[in-house]
Amino acid sequence: MKRFDAIKKIVMALSNELVVCNLGSPSRELYHIEDKERTFYMLGSMGLASSIAFGLAFSKPDEKVLCIDGDGALLMNLGSLATIANNKPENLTLVVIDNSSYGSRGNQRTYTSGRTKLEIIAKDAGFESITFIDSEDKIDKILSSLGKGCHFVLIKTQPGNAKVENIPLNPEKLKERFMKSFSIKT
Amino acid sequence: MNIDLSLYNSIKNAGIDLILSLPCIMLKDLLTVIEERKEIQHIPITREEEGVGIAAGAYLGGKKPAILMQNSGLGNSINAIKSLLHLYRIPVVFIMSHRGAEGEKILAQIPMGQLTLDLLDLLDIQKFIVNSKDDIKKITSAINTSIESKSSVGIVLQKKLWSN
Repeated sequence: MKRFDAIKKIVMALSNELVVCNLGSPSRELYHIEDKERTFYMLGSMGLASSIAFGLAFSKPDEKVLCIDGDGALLMNLGSLATIANNKPENLTLVVIDNSSYGSRGNQRTYTSGRTKLEIIAKDAGFESITFIDSEDKIDKILSSLGKGCHFVLIKTQPGNAKVENIPLNPEKLKERFMKSFSIKT
Repeated sequence: MNIDLSLYNSIKNAGIDLILSLPCIMLKDLLTVIEERKEIQHIPITREEEGVGIAAGAYLGGKKPAILMQNSGLGNSINAIKSLLHLYRIPVVFIMSHRGAEGEKILAQIPMGQLTLDLLDLLDIQKFIVNSKDDIKKITSAINTSIESKSSVGIVLQKKLWSN
């Protein structure tokens, strides 16, 4: 399983979550699989996906928020795990697709290819719900079964990026589209 | 009214409803007021750049967030300010104590302290310098400017504010 396969399964499991997606290949792949107005694609600020998702979940307690992060990105912002775990939003699922490489930057190895285990770090940061997935078939079922809570889900994949185009959306328009998608309740 | 209470009131009355903070000795009493009043939601953070991410997410969710930090944190936030806040035009209010300015006794604070005001200019963040009790009213205009123009602003609290 590569990241692209994992994202396809994540998309299958989505109901009506607000999604915050890590920059680079993950966002491009997600956009290519299924573009939704309720997705905030990061275009810069590597490392901050979980922080953006947490800020969103904190301020929108009635919405469910799902974050798609990566191992390299999360390693840049490990403090975020402590902040999230201690504030414990009841509406946040942090999915880390761990391909043990800096996929958008040339597939150099990250330390999760060595001794580092992000699911253990998340647990000791204080997350109470930790799920480790290494089989593509389980992603949909596990994600769909997660109820209210602050969940950390690690999906272990092989390195590799799908060949997909850049996201053709203007950043400011993208932000406005995203905000509009949940500000008007019908 | 004491300085920290005046600062608190101007921040609250201007509409800030979420504060993300890292401590600074100059901000100690203000942080105590924020914690005791419980009127503004408050999340302690681990690094200022993380705060920029949380603030951006909170803004998307309808909040008016401010980051309360030491000026050293501005350096920790540069990439996020440009490639997140400015890129998407997400406004965040930075309220920072200015260490390393005149009268600073800790050598390590001086290099960043000397750079801070120029760095705000370079980052294209409008700055509002608070030197005295009378200057506290600038906080209201700073926050209004940020909300109306959807741009981030920097409120710089000088040490002499507390010594008058």
